[in-house]
Parts: sequence; C-alpha cells; structure tokens
Amino acid sequence: MYIIIVGGGKVGYQLTKLLLSQGHEVMLIEKDRNKFASLVDELGDSILYGDGSTMETLTEAGANRAEAIVAVTGHDEDNLVICQLSKMMFFGPRTIARVNNPRNEETFWGLGIDATVSATRLINALIQEQVKAHDMLIPLLTIRGGDVEIVQTSLSPSSPVVNKKIKDLVLPKGTLFISINRGEEVIIPRGDTDLREDDQVLVLVRKAHEAVLRQILMAPATDRKHA
Amino acid sequence: MRAVILGCGKLGSRLARKLAAAGHQIVVMDRDQEALKQLGENFKGETLAGRAYIEENIQRIFEEKTDVFIAVTDKDNVNIMFAQWIKNKFKVPRAIARIYDPILAGSYRDLGLETVCPTNMALEAIQSMLKV
Repeated sequence: MYIIIVGGGKVGYQLTKLLLSQGHEVMLIEKDRNKFASLVDELGDSILYGDGSTMETLTEAGANRAEAIVAVTGHDEDNLVICQLSKMMFFGPRTIARVNNPRNEETFWGLGIDATVSATRLINALIQEQVKAHDMLIPLLTIRGGDVEIVQTSLSPSSPVVNKKIKDLVLPKGTLFISINRGEEVIIPRGDTDLREDDQVLVLVRKAHEAVLRQILMAPATDRKHA
Repeated sequence: MRAVILGCGKLGSRLARKLAAAGHQIVVMDRDQEALKQLGENFKGETLAGRAYIEENIQRIFEEKTDVFIAVTDKDNVNIMFAQWIKNKFKVPRAIARIYDPILAGSYRDLGLETVCPTNMALEAIQSMLKV
C-alpha cells in the first residue's frame, strides 16, 4: 500500500519507520529544511522536502496513486487543508488528520476528513481509565462523523470473554474484532478464534455501543466483590 | 451590517477602519495584541486580541448575529480553516477568506467559500498594465 505522511515531527517520523518496516511504500513530506536534512540520510527516497498543503508537493509525492494520506503536523489548519485538498484533487485517498486542539475534531468531521486522531483526547482517556482500573477501553481512532470508533483493550484474566470464541459472544450489531495481539503474534480473528487472557484486541464499534462493549469485555467490579 | 474580521494586518486593519467609518458594526480579532495598533486611536469597533483571544471569547463574539466573517491573516490555511469552521458552526451566512495560493483559492471557491486571491489579482493587474 502506498501511504503519504505529512509532517516529520515525532509522530510522522515514527509512523514512517513503522510502516516501512511493515513493507509499505511510504513518502514523508517535511517543509522545514533543517528537519528534512536531519532525516534524509536515514529515510532516503522515502522523504520529500516541500509544503504538503500545496498541489505541487502533493503531486510530486504521487498523491494520485496514494491509498491513504495522513496529516500529522502540529498545526490543525495545515492538517485540514492537506486532507481536503487531497480529497478534492486526487482519486479519493483515505484521509487521516491529527487534531491538536480537541475543538477542531468536530469541525474536521463536518469537513470531509475520514478519520481524526486526537492525542489530547487519547491521553485524557488514558488518565480517566487509570482511575477506573477495570475499565480500560481506549479510543484510538474516530471514523468520519464521529459515530464509529476503533478501540483497544487488553483482556484481564477475569474478563468474562476469556477462553470464549468470538462467535459465541453476544455483541452489539456492527461490532467487529479487527485484530488480536498475542505475544509476538498478530491474529486476524475469525468467528471461531478463541480469546485468551492478556490478548490485546482492536475492535471497531459504534460509539453508541461502546458502553455495552465495555460491559461484555470487562469484568465488572461489582461481580468481583460477589465472587 | 455586523462583520467579524480575523487578522489585523495591513489589509484587516484598513478594512476594519473603512467599514467602521461607513457605520458598520465591526469586531476585529488577532492573536497579537500589538497588531491592533494599526487600527489607530479613533477606531469605533470592538476588538479581541492577545490574552483575550481564546476559545470562549471567540465563541461569544458569534452569539450575536453576524452577517459576514472575513479571514485575512497572513496564513492561507488558517483563513481556510476559520472560514469553514465559523460558517458551519455559527451559521454565519457569508465567510470570505483571503488565499494567496491560486490553486487553493480556486479549489475552495468550488467548495463554496468566498475567496479572494491577491496573487491572481496582481497577475491580472500587471498583465493589463503591460497590455498582454
């Protein structure tokens, strides 16, 4: 898959390395001359100097054949224009924007961005989840419209779904298990896949069903008291 | 008419002064308090800048019915984002954005924003001076 990443800060750089290591074709666009110079030795042909919110640079990067464009600069206005311009001018790549100011998340959904990632919201969720120790459902990505989310959780030994098959769970409609990380292994689950303790699972779920999913995957604190 | 102007540079400050002098109700916003100096001492409109330029106050500005929002900061992308945000969120009927990049200006015009492209205007002016 060919993926364009705009913004060579910590997020963009690490994401580029990760995707390259997974065998994807990646182009990182960086508009700061010094930052570009510090990365070009390592990334070689996978980095391009230029302003990703202009047609010239996106065209040079080959945005017409990119399957996804990920805008992760530190400026929301740049991330928005990069994604919108890509949608308008090229053959519908998927667009993912990093949102620095949480207020803009709602704005972006209304403006044609496919998915947003908000570090502020993510960290806030982590802090909140720390307080409710048995309740670790972490929202990773919100899909367009804000209605659907990808959440991550790790199954505790007391989770009621441990040692059950996915097809035997009563899940809210439209809920999808995307992947399971088990030790070093990544499993693309099927209905007859067993869930085990310490599995890290990624689940696609409607926001409205998040609370129900939480109840299904987590061992409720009250049950433990009774046990 | 009530107009809110974002960006108090050479263009924003002059526009604000002219519109206010013509009797319109004007609000000028800028991140930089210093920028307001360009409005001069006799400016009759409202201002929001420096430490007061925060989310809550910006939203409060638009609680009052606004006829037009004009984004003329020196950054194309800031103007584009604000124009779309203000138009959608506060149902302001008109949003005008200054966009230097001709390709961006054209694209966002197609998307329904009112755009002003100084580059294109200068290009046409110079061409007409040269009569080519």
